[in-house]
Amino acid sequence: MKAAVLVFPGSNCDRDLAVAFRAAGFETEMIWHKDATLPKGVDIVGVPGGFSYGDYLRCGAIAAQSPIMRAVAGHAAAGGYVLGICNGFQVLCETRLLPGALMRNAGLKFVCRQQKLRVETQNSRFTAGYAQGTEIAIPIAHHDGNYMADAATLAQLAAEDRIAFRYVGNPNGATDDIAGVLSANRRVLGLMPHPERAMETAHGSSDGAVMFHSLAQALVEA
Amino acid sequence: MKATVTVMLKSGVLDPQGEAVKSALGALGFSGVSGVRQGKVIELDLAQGTTEADVTAMCEKLLANTVIESYRVEMQA
Repeated sequence: MKAAVLVFPGSNCDRDLAVAFRAAGFETEMIWHKDATLPKGVDIVGVPGGFSYGDYLRCGAIAAQSPIMRAVAGHAAAGGYVLGICNGFQVLCETRLLPGALMRNAGLKFVCRQQKLRVETQNSRFTAGYAQGTEIAIPIAHHDGNYMADAATLAQLAAEDRIAFRYVGNPNGATDDIAGVLSANRRVLGLMPHPERAMETAHGSSDGAVMFHSLAQALVEA
Repeated sequence: MKATVTVMLKSGVLDPQGEAVKSALGALGFSGVSGVRQGKVIELDLAQGTTEADVTAMCEKLLANTVIESYRVEMQA
C-alpha cells in the first residue's frame, strides 16, 4: 500500500497528512510539485492543505497547473485514488478532477474550529467505515470553503450520491451545506475539513482516522 | 502590445466581498449604492501578433475559473 503526498510551495498540512497515511499502514512518499511523474505503484495521492503559491490568482489555481498535477490527472483517469483536503480540494476543483469551485467564505472571515459533519454516503472507500448519516467531528481551517456549483451539477451530484459530507451548521455559506464531494468513479474525494487533524483522542477527535483506516482496508482487500 | 482582462464573478453568484464593501459605503454615509461587485483586472504585456483568441485561451485555462467567473478581454495596440 503506497501513498504519495504532494508538496507545493506553501503547503502546510503535507507532513500531517503523511503521518495520517503512515498511521494507517501506508508506505508514504513526499512528492515535489515539479516532479512530472508519481512513484511506481502509488495507490493514493494526497493533495494537502495549505496555501499553495500564496493563493495567488485563486486558491489552488497555480498549483493546478504544476507538472505533478498532470500526473495526478493520469493516475485518477486510470482509476487511482486521490484525496484532496482543504487547499487540496481547491486544487482538485481547479484541475476539474472534481466539479464546482470554492469561493470566499460568506462571512468573509477565516474559520478555524471543530466542525460537525454528517456522513452522507457510505458508498466510497473513503467513507465506508462510517455509518451512513452519522455525525462526526473534524476540524476546519479555511478562508475559501464556500462550495459553489451550478444547479445542473448540484442535481447530478445529488442524483449520483456523490456528496460525501455535509456540514451540520454551515460555517462558510457552502451551497447545500456541502463539505466534500466524490468523483463519478467515487475514487477522488475532495473535502474542506481536515481528517488528518482528527487522528487520535489527543487531537480532540479521532473521527478522521476512520477514513484512513477504511482506505487502507480497501486497498488490502483489492 | 497589451491586453486587459477583467474577471468578475458571474451574475447570480453571491459576492460576499462586494456586499461587505456596499455595507461599508452605507456606514460611511454614501447613500444610494444599491449594489457592489468586486472583481480583478489583469494587464498583460504581449508579443506582437498575439491574438484575442490567444488571450481568450489564457482566460479559459488559467486567468478565470469559468465555474464561477466571467471575463472580458480588451486588446490594445
